[in-house]
Amino acid sequence: MSNSLIKPRIERPSLSQIIEAKAPLFLVPVLMLIGLLAIGSGSTWLTLTAAGLAMGMMIFIMASGLTVIFGLMDVINFGHGAFISLGAFAGFTILGLLGGWIESPSIALNLGAVLLAVAFAMLVTGLAGYGFERLIVKPVYGQHLKQILVTMGGLVVTQQLIYVIWGPDEIVLARPAAFQGSFVVLGAAIEKYRVLAIVIGLALFVAMRLVLNRTRIGLLVRAGVQNGEMVEALGYPIKKLFLAVFMVGCALAGLGGVMWGMYQETISAHMGAEVMISVFIVVIIGGLGSIEGCFIGAMLVGLLTNYTGFLIPKLALVSTILLMGAVLMWRPQGLYPVVKAH
Amino acid sequence: MSDALLSLNGIHTHIGPYHILQGVDLEVPRGGVTVLLGRNGAGKTTTLRTIMGLWQASQGTIRFDGAAIQKETTPAIAQREIAFVPEDMGIFSDLTVHENMLLAARGGAIDEERLGWIFGLFPPLKTFWQSAAGNLSGGQKQMLAVARAIIEPRKLILIDEPTKGLAPAIINAMIAALKELKELKEMQTTILLVEQNFSMARAVGDTVAVMDDGRIVYSGDMAELAADTGLQERLMGLSLEAHQ
Ligand SMILES: Nc1ncnc2c1ncn2[C@@H]1O[C@H](COP(=O)(O)OP(=O)(O)OP(=O)(O)O)[C@@H](O)[C@H]1O
Ligand SMILES: [Mg+2]
Repeated sequence: MSNSLIKPRIERPSLSQIIEAKAPLFLVPVLMLIGLLAIGSGSTWLTLTAAGLAMGMMIFIMASGLTVIFGLMDVINFGHGAFISLGAFAGFTILGLLGGWIESPSIALNLGAVLLAVAFAMLVTGLAGYGFERLIVKPVYGQHLKQILVTMGGLVVTQQLIYVIWGPDEIVLARPAAFQGSFVVLGAAIEKYRVLAIVIGLALFVAMRLVLNRTRIGLLVRAGVQNGEMVEALGYPIKKLFLAVFMVGCALAGLGGVMWGMYQETISAHMGAEVMISVFIVVIIGGLGSIEGCFIGAMLVGLLTNYTGFLIPKLALVSTILLMGAVLMWRPQGLYPVVKAH
Repeated sequence: MSDALLSLNGIHTHIGPYHILQGVDLEVPRGGVTVLLGRNGAGKTTTLRTIMGLWQASQGTIRFDGAAIQKETTPAIAQREIAFVPEDMGIFSDLTVHENMLLAARGGAIDEERLGWIFGLFPPLKTFWQSAAGNLSGGQKQMLAVARAIIEPRKLILIDEPTKGLAPAIINAMIAALKELKELKEMQTTILLVEQNFSMARAVGDTVAVMDDGRIVYSGDMAELAADTGLQERLMGLSLEAHQ
């Protein structure tokens, strides 16, 4: 055949294109630097930065499920917050049963209690996600308005179920002994629990990237995000993939819920709905459907909230909305727009 | 024809309020290339999508290899060893060429020997193996779309206008590839090809069907149609008239 007629050619991106493409990666360091200059004191900055990163990690955990579900299934799940609350309560139940482990000075027992609480919370929210997808989401695939209405309905129903099972009051959730108090690093106090949150959040991010980039399931998810119809035409039952990803997304909300509950030290049925404002901001900043964007967005929101909370407390919440506005003016589809075929 | 691999009988397809296919009867004999011709909007793409289950037929039967498939889901139909190259190519642009091919190989691993053969047909795929498929040119994307359909043996390949918007050189490459695929008899691959380009259609087609307004208006041997300019004119003329 006519080999010579088809000349392959690789377009070399120009330097400005490369910088434009990589620019989101610089946002977090730049924000940290601005924070340092504005705050002045190194130790205060370090404390706030650790707090901001920890908060960002927890928001990332809660937001990651939402963004993947949106990317793959084109479903905006307004019920996501319910799984955050549900996870927190499920985790609380386990921590309550393991009271002895939590109060013990043994780090192993403390960590064991947290891991069991997390595992149980993820199990409960994953299974609840199964029911939610089958009963509520599946009938309305492709119909956005109905999705908003029914998932909001699901949110209310789940909150009411939490009232029924755990009662209507806020509950105090004690952190295990080993994760109370702070480390002192370079004159800055850094809460131990925040370090744990950062480690778990980072581990999750790395694990998600590995699964998405190195496994066949991940390949299917990435392909499905772009063109679900073609995935089906290649012979893969995408509805099963939807269900699995929905369950994982809900389990991640549950994980985030336990982490967030232990961070706030109180939990309530509406805690999920409250934190969803930040979660939505993060998902929009990152680009709906993008894990990388979600991660960067979460770090930005966490850091900015803590910096402005210290500098101009009244602006703490507004600042993240301003940040979202600024990002969208620069990149209307978010930091990492997801290319869809349809 | 009793030895048809695929046969559509009185197929009707509605898209929303529109009645697009209005009783399509089509036979695709085993082991050859059947070309589906017809003016723009005749319903060729809708026919392929209905076969794949991407649109649900509201009436009629589709038999493939002895089984009625018109009620099956798209993945189930694809698992019957039917490959589909859609009109928009359906490339996963954020995935590399390699990853696109990996997904097409349902068995999980790519057969190296077969891949070598595909690289021979479409050398750019080798060059850009690790590049994002979205960066390929239109013709290269078309090569990838066809390559995905042939990376594993399939009983039937549905191809929707692989020459759309391509330069003559690449059309020739496509013709060569399809001919080679056809000549590999031991693979027993049957092709249903939608094509507007009559020279391509004539070069590779064994049988031909012409569609207009959601129905098959002619079907027969390609050689007959190629030899009969009067018939061609009648069919093409009809198409042109209808088009205006
Ligand atoms: N999604 C859709 N919604 C509404 N009408 C549609 C849709 N898809 C196709 N049609 C209509 O169905 C008819 C047949 O379209 P189809 O794409 O099958 O034609 P075609 O023969 O493939 O044309 P072309 O040669 O231009 O690709 C057209 O009138 C078209 O407008
Ligand atoms: Mg068409």
